Amino acid sequence: MSQQAALFTPLLVASVVFFSWSLYRRLSLVGLGKPESGKIDFASSIKHMLVYAIGQRRVLRQPFGFNHFIFFWACIFLIFVNVEFMLEGIFPAISLAGLPAPIYFSICLVSDILSSLAALAVVIAVIRRVFFPPYPQARTLEAFFLLAVIGVHMLAYLGICATEIALGEESAAAYMPVASQLAGFMGGMTANGLASLHTFFWWTHAIALMIFLNLLIPYSKHLHVFTAIANCFLRREDKPSIQPLEEFVAGNVFGTGQVDRFSRKDLFDSFACTKCGRCQMVCPAGNTGKQLNPRAVINDIKVNLLKNGPLLKQGHKAVMPLIGDTGEGSVPEEALWDCTTCGACMEACPVFIKQMPKMLLMRRHLVEEEAKFPEELLNLFENMESRSNPWGIAPSERTKWCSQLSVNPFEQGVTEYLLFVGCAGSFDSRNKHVTVALATLLDNAGISWGILGKEEKCCGDSLRRLGNEFVFDRLARENVALFKEKGVKKIITQCPHCFSTLKNDYRQYGLEVEVVHHSELLRDLVQSGRIKLQHQATELGQTVFHDSCYLGRHNDVYEAPRALIASATGAIPAEMERSRENAFCCGAGGGRMWLEETEGERINHNRVKEALTKNPDTICVSCPYCMTMFEDGLKDVKAEGVRIRDVAEVLAEAVLH
Amino acid sequence: MLIVACIKQVPDTTQVQIDPVTNTLVREGIPFIVNPYDTHALEEALRLKDRFGCRVAAISMGPPNAEGTLRKALALGVDFAILLSDRVFGGADTLATSNVLSAAISKLHTEIDEVGLVLCGKQTIDGDTAQVGPGIATRLAYQQLTLVDNVEDIDLSAKRIRVRRKLEGRHEIVEAPLPAMLTVVRELNRPRYPTVPMRLTAVNAKVEVWNNQVLMLDEQSIGLKGSPTWVSKIFSPERAKGEILGDGFADPEGTANMLIEKLLDKDMLTV
Repeated sequence: MSQQAALFTPLLVASVVFFSWSLYRRLSLVGLGKPESGKIDFASSIKHMLVYAIGQRRVLRQPFGFNHFIFFWACIFLIFVNVEFMLEGIFPAISLAGLPAPIYFSICLVSDILSSLAALAVVIAVIRRVFFPPYPQARTLEAFFLLAVIGVHMLAYLGICATEIALGEESAAAYMPVASQLAGFMGGMTANGLASLHTFFWWTHAIALMIFLNLLIPYSKHLHVFTAIANCFLRREDKPSIQPLEEFVAGNVFGTGQVDRFSRKDLFDSFACTKCGRCQMVCPAGNTGKQLNPRAVINDIKVNLLKNGPLLKQGHKAVMPLIGDTGEGSVPEEALWDCTTCGACMEACPVFIKQMPKMLLMRRHLVEEEAKFPEELLNLFENMESRSNPWGIAPSERTKWCSQLSVNPFEQGVTEYLLFVGCAGSFDSRNKHVTVALATLLDNAGISWGILGKEEKCCGDSLRRLGNEFVFDRLARENVALFKEKGVKKIITQCPHCFSTLKNDYRQYGLEVEVVHHSELLRDLVQSGRIKLQHQATELGQTVFHDSCYLGRHNDVYEAPRALIASATGAIPAEMERSRENAFCCGAGGGRMWLEETEGERINHNRVKEALTKNPDTICVSCPYCMTMFEDGLKDVKAEGVRIRDVAEVLAEAVLH
Repeated sequence: MLIVACIKQVPDTTQVQIDPVTNTLVREGIPFIVNPYDTHALEEALRLKDRFGCRVAAISMGPPNAEGTLRKALALGVDFAILLSDRVFGGADTLATSNVLSAAISKLHTEIDEVGLVLCGKQTIDGDTAQVGPGIATRLAYQQLTLVDNVEDIDLSAKRIRVRRKLEGRHEIVEAPLPAMLTVVRELNRPRYPTVPMRLTAVNAKVEVWNNQVLMLDEQSIGLKGSPTWVSKIFSPERAKGEILGDGFADPEGTANMLIEKLLDKDMLTV
């Protein structure tokens, strides 16, 4: 055994043992979480892993993602080369050079080019992080150290190859353009000098490798090289992400107030995070100066798990609160209330971490276990309980919107569709106009429809997103029982929140009915010719469409409202910079409609200003909350010449006026 | 020490209509709520419990279904919930009601612990008399502190309480020895919200029902027989039509000022 092998062998063995132990120690904490229900579909899991991890599809959505793409592929390829390196260090006879020449030469060529590109990518990444960081807190020692080790590792690899070429020991020299170039600079050196240089590079490479194994992979965000790939594999296509049911029996614990109350996948998510900051860059709260930062929430969960996990495992008490203002490892209460549940964070995450649902679990803890929430919510909760609507208006007033119309009650066998008017459509003065427009259009199309009148109750969307699962559960059960009793088979909603709740959340209560948002139904009615346009509503001028999060991102309905506006006005609506899956929330989702917004810029102002850059005459929306937020926002920014119209009102312009 | 909160189940008056033929309240299908002022009385009792560790009893006189109101109190953390329910209590005016409630408070005093404080809402939203609280204080010879919007200070060992009363356009700070009866206004506090575990516990918690076999009151002092006040008629008053003042289009600023002055004048706005 050579001297080098004698030194390297025990080091490598120790490293591999320590590496395995570190990984086990950390990742086994995930087992503290609650088991996930549902099975994994192996075929789609493999597909997700190939497309999103191996193919880096979401990483590449951002231009800078290409840099990571280089790192990723250099890393994948160099794994082979590194395994060879380690084995050759112990058994010098084992070498890739033993492979058939074409294979060996190809490996050499690709390794040479990839490691050079990766070294260049390191330089670009450092420049970017120093001068154009993805987010202000991104200039961490961890990040720079990691880049430095990658860079050194790549350079050392090239150095080894170059010295071997200079020594004339490399048969594949012709296939190593970069290393050959470097070898050219070593022309004047003696064989001894070259050998020492080789040893230097060899040990630099070996040490860099051991730093990866013993420090960076298990103990830094570099762990993502394993966990991110696994997270893509473990992705569930449960869109939209609805919250799990709770069983309301005495003795149960509600919500997540301690880290082991998360699911295993939730905990694993925290290990998959690379702190890339994509979630924080799209977050409406994070973008407008609020406390919430989804990246920090995931990091807090990880830090909390690492701190409390080992204690909880041994049956001790947790020492770090999961929710609180105690610094890293605890999520501030205020941050949890900042979330609009718009889902932008989940859409942006390249590795399918689900930030938003975790926050809702923590909200549940605050509301259900501690009765701790912003004081504005007390009225909302009590109104919902006593009068089944957010404003606390008497249920008998639910039908006031149609006092001038003749509207039938829903009756099985007589009316085909139930129009679930929703609280905003029933009580909010601006949104009542939308309901009237929709009702008139449905009659115009000859649709048979009816309402529940004062028997209708709030769908409970805000309650569920605010963490008041107890009251949501009661409302949902009452609504589902009523739908079943009345024999409801098809439901039209004009509110994406009702739409998503009835369509997705109520499925957990055994409701299997057809739920359609009015934009989809109206689009179909126009396309099939059942609604005939009288003229093109050109009086609406330049239009711009704002996507509702619960219609678009959560339920993938992007085309229907756009098609509707296009047919009604004869012109395709303008798109904002952030549209469709990248649309920016109006600020009212997740129960934020009922909360004051005191910190930072108002989210609706931010969005209204973005819409105004398109110089619209009419901003089109498809959601009562968006309607309210835009109406308010336009008044605040004094752009009162601009109109807000729901898509039903847009169509009504072309059909009825 | 025991604190007693008197609470009443009332129809949700925003949803109540008056039958134009019979001139009575149409109560069918109208949900019941806890009288809103009483929720503040209950909250103050629970805050004193949190502060001093004393116990709290919630009592309510009403039909058997008023048990729901007491369950809500249990979910918020009261130690005892007692429903005073008997056919002979029915049809009571404020005098007869205060007789029953006082008897119950005396019984709690002898059987559980010394009563230091009785808390009531300033009035109910269905009867609107504001007499039951003072009636209890009179029957029990307790100090009577009405319209309390802040408990300034309470000293259980010295048995003294100092409170702020909310009067029209001014406040008054008064001090009295315990035991005392307080009627409270909404500004006093912000009622808490029940946690889910507490709600679930309250479902099976004990609500004691005391009828007149327990209280053994003279039937001439309770119910319809013990009530000197009779309601002869309930009706919705004719409302004078409002007048339109100013011209919001021609003079928005002047009209807005006119509105502000009117509101100030009617004490609906404070500067």
